[in-house]
Amino acid sequence: MRSWTRWKKATPPSPISWHEIIRKVPAMTNTIFAERKDQVHRKGEEPFQMACDKESLAGAVSQRACVFCGSRVVLYPITDALHLVHGPIGCAVYTWDIRGALSSGPELHRHSYSTDLQESDVIFGGEDKLYRALTQLIDRISPKAAFVYSTCIVGIIGDDLAGICRKVEREKGIPVIPVESEGFKGNKRAGYNAACRAMFQLVGTAPTDDISPLSVNILGDFNLAGEIWIVREYLERMGVQVVANITGDGRVDDLRRAHGAALNLVQCSGSTIDLAKMMEDEYQIPFLRVSYFGVEDMAESLYNIAEFFKDVDPQVMERTKALVRDELSELYPKLREYRQALEGKKAAIYVGGAFKAFSLVKAFRHLGMTVELVGSQTGTEEDYKELHEITDPGTIIVDDSNPLELSSFLQEKDVDIFVGGVKERPIAYKLGVGFCDHNHERKEALEGFIGMLNFAKEVYSTVMSPVWRFTPRKKALYSKALETDVCHEIKAIEN
Amino acid sequence: MKSKLLKTEKEPYVATTDSCKQCAPLGACLAFKGVEGSVPFLHGSQGCATYMRRYVISHFREPVDIASSSLGEKHAIYGGGPNLKLGLKNVMAKYHCGVIGVATTCLTETIGDDTPRLVKEFRDEFADELECHGNPSIVNVSTPSYAGSHVDGFHSAVRAIVDQLASNVPAMENTVNLLPGFVSPADIRYLKEIVHDFGLNPVVLPDISETLDGPAASEYEKVPSGGTPVASIKGMGTALSSIEFGRCLANSMGAANVLEDRFNVRSRRLGTPIGLRETDIFMDALKEITCRTIPIKYELERGRLVDSYVDGHKYISGKKAVIYGDPDMVVALTSFLTEIGIRPVLCATGAKSQLFKTAIKTVTEEILDESPEVLDNVDFYDIEETAEELKPDVLLGSSKGYKLSRKWNIPLVRLGFPIHDRFGAQRICQLGYKGTQDLFDMIVNAVIQAKQDRSPIGYTYI
Ligand code: SF4
Ligand code: SF4
Repeated sequence: MRSWTRWKKATPPSPISWHEIIRKVPAMTNTIFAERKDQVHRKGEEPFQMACDKESLAGAVSQRACVFCGSRVVLYPITDALHLVHGPIGCAVYTWDIRGALSSGPELHRHSYSTDLQESDVIFGGEDKLYRALTQLIDRISPKAAFVYSTCIVGIIGDDLAGICRKVEREKGIPVIPVESEGFKGNKRAGYNAACRAMFQLVGTAPTDDISPLSVNILGDFNLAGEIWIVREYLERMGVQVVANITGDGRVDDLRRAHGAALNLVQCSGSTIDLAKMMEDEYQIPFLRVSYFGVEDMAESLYNIAEFFKDVDPQVMERTKALVRDELSELYPKLREYRQALEGKKAAIYVGGAFKAFSLVKAFRHLGMTVELVGSQTGTEEDYKELHEITDPGTIIVDDSNPLELSSFLQEKDVDIFVGGVKERPIAYKLGVGFCDHNHERKEALEGFIGMLNFAKEVYSTVMSPVWRFTPRKKALYSKALETDVCHEIKAIEN
Repeated sequence: MKSKLLKTEKEPYVATTDSCKQCAPLGACLAFKGVEGSVPFLHGSQGCATYMRRYVISHFREPVDIASSSLGEKHAIYGGGPNLKLGLKNVMAKYHCGVIGVATTCLTETIGDDTPRLVKEFRDEFADELECHGNPSIVNVSTPSYAGSHVDGFHSAVRAIVDQLASNVPAMENTVNLLPGFVSPADIRYLKEIVHDFGLNPVVLPDISETLDGPAASEYEKVPSGGTPVASIKGMGTALSSIEFGRCLANSMGAANVLEDRFNVRSRRLGTPIGLRETDIFMDALKEITCRTIPIKYELERGRLVDSYVDGHKYISGKKAVIYGDPDMVVALTSFLTEIGIRPVLCATGAKSQLFKTAIKTVTEEILDESPEVLDNVDFYDIEETAEELKPDVLLGSSKGYKLSRKWNIPLVRLGFPIHDRFGAQRICQLGYKGTQDLFDMIVNAVIQAKQDRSPIGYTYI
């Protein structure tokens, strides 16, 4: 019996087989599309200039999602609202329960509701179906509010989403808010904006009694792996009241009285800054940019909050300092062990929003590691400028990348870990590179001081795993080490 | 409109809650992934492609590149042709691929892009460039999601590949075409082994055994190796016979039917071979094609399977199962469960399928007195509502049923697609005698474990 592989070789090739083509044209092109040249920068090679916020190039397999995705991820963690996706089934299916956004109460957000448009709806319009779906669902699950998301084809068939929402709102007596998130009308950032506009419709619709002068809204945290609870606990220890979580573990009623808070804390500026600005204009609530990732950023954020409230409560700074001291004295000794092992290892970062990239660069520095590649799907010009400032020479900075580019950078820089989301994971693993999920799907809390420790554990667990020595890319390195001097050399490589 | 629910007269639900299907282009992409050197390409907005990649990657844990024509607002108004062509050009230049599988999406179908025409125009306008990239084949398929689920998208794509590429240029001798439907990479490896052991050369389409379950690499492969070679697809018209799995697949959707009509290659339509009876039928077909007896290896596998049926039957006897997923997988699993003494009480699929009910009846009537409840075009809300009253002991299907399993505190045996909360989905083999054996062990153990977990006594001996 001939074996399968031998048989495959015996196959008469087609006029030009695919493998031949590959062999013929490998050097013809490099991995970066000419059109994308200005979206990749190598620090130190030329003066900093980078294009971003462009539409993704056709055929380039962008890692980006769509407007709808932007809206959906921001609003998703509002746990007691109905989230109805008006469109064909896919858009709803792929966003069902995809974020680990935890709730301390209701879990309506963990369902996926869709009007599941059919051919006849596309031809005759989906308004009637939307109306019936909405009213039926509201009766069935009694949400506190409803968000109705528009998708690409709804934008084309021209359903009057706003009209239907108004009608249902009148009939059912709850806020029914259209989200203008037609996928093709821009990228994820346009979706963030649509989500902010939708939420802004809720803000200011409920009384603001019993709100302390030391009060904040938390914007741009989605309570992945329970992170917002960590932040809330810190604020509580500082004596600061949280009015609304926007949107992790979020509640409609909290949003409605969010205008009663004294300050907005904005993390993940890309996704919720628009809401903060609207609230500033309308209600004169100032906002503060914060980040809860990494030791420095976490501590600095808390200090800034204390600074803001120091006139209202002179003791708040003392409490904050005590908090940071307590947390750090517990964290540092534990962190040191990880740092010893990880010192000198190399990292690559590719995340959705740039803010996370800043904190990650600093967090890696804390672990004694270097960052060789950093990029994001939706960073702005200022974001990239800032990245340029905080990174070391030689670092590659990239906007809206794709698997081919990312894989070639990983190989070129021979990194030990790649931080990204689900779509980046297999690229890393295929090449024998460690991976840390820093995206929606993570199950470990990475924010707060405890988050830094968890992050170190995550990094350690992948970078220091013994499995890499068996992967083809690293194997050569290891076997060479074994030949010369066994333990000695391996130790050297591992450290 | 939803199927009428069991014993209830109430108005059917308008919205779909927790869907039990995915959208059509996703199925098409999976099919295209099984052709050697191919890159799936969605003609539509960027979002759809990214979402599907994420969804598929989470199941297979492999890189899955799906290109997109990335239409923006102005393309949606003036037509997506220019972006489609630009995208094809870019994919060709960067991936050096052998095939580009273009599937349409809801958006491009709604704005009325004539994709076949655009592809043809592209071929004419860029003839030189195509030439310099080794003339990759471009297959196109229409997959508006509002007209069908991922199951339809998958079959449409397989059919389009055959329709647009197959010919009667012989690639090798003694071939048999095997169109297995959407099964796992491990299943495909095993199927090839079986066909091979009968002395035949299998042309499996699509063959995702390597492309979606590849080895660790020293360099990133732009397009993963493996997949059905185009030369073999071109030779499909010269095969001894075609075997296509799927009792729920309409003849008008069968790829083997195309080969039969056009090249006179006999199409043998069989059930997906899970369980003894359906596998026997598959083996019989191979015996018939080759005029050979079944290789001893499979006799032994079969014998061991029967032996285990006997050894394990008491643990599972009379247990009630709810099965959900793609129609053909549900039918095959139902057939298998029926023969081991588990009672299927609800067979459900999110897809619309007219043949589903008949198929379930066909595979159960010989053994069961009472037909199970059969529902197509349902979501998990419907499934929950119906199944609640039926008090099942075990669930079989994708990860998405986990919430029900948790709520009712009964085991879920994860099969089908997607499996997002367990490891190794690409290596689950459930076809043939060997696959059935693994499946049988898994199910018996799931039932035993549930009993053990619930028992106040910590049995260590069962
Ligand atoms: S628009 Fe259609 S093709 Fe795109 S994700 Fe939604 S259902 Fe799928
Ligand atoms: S159809 Fe539009 S809204 Fe839906 S996933 Fe695709 S790009 Fe996004």
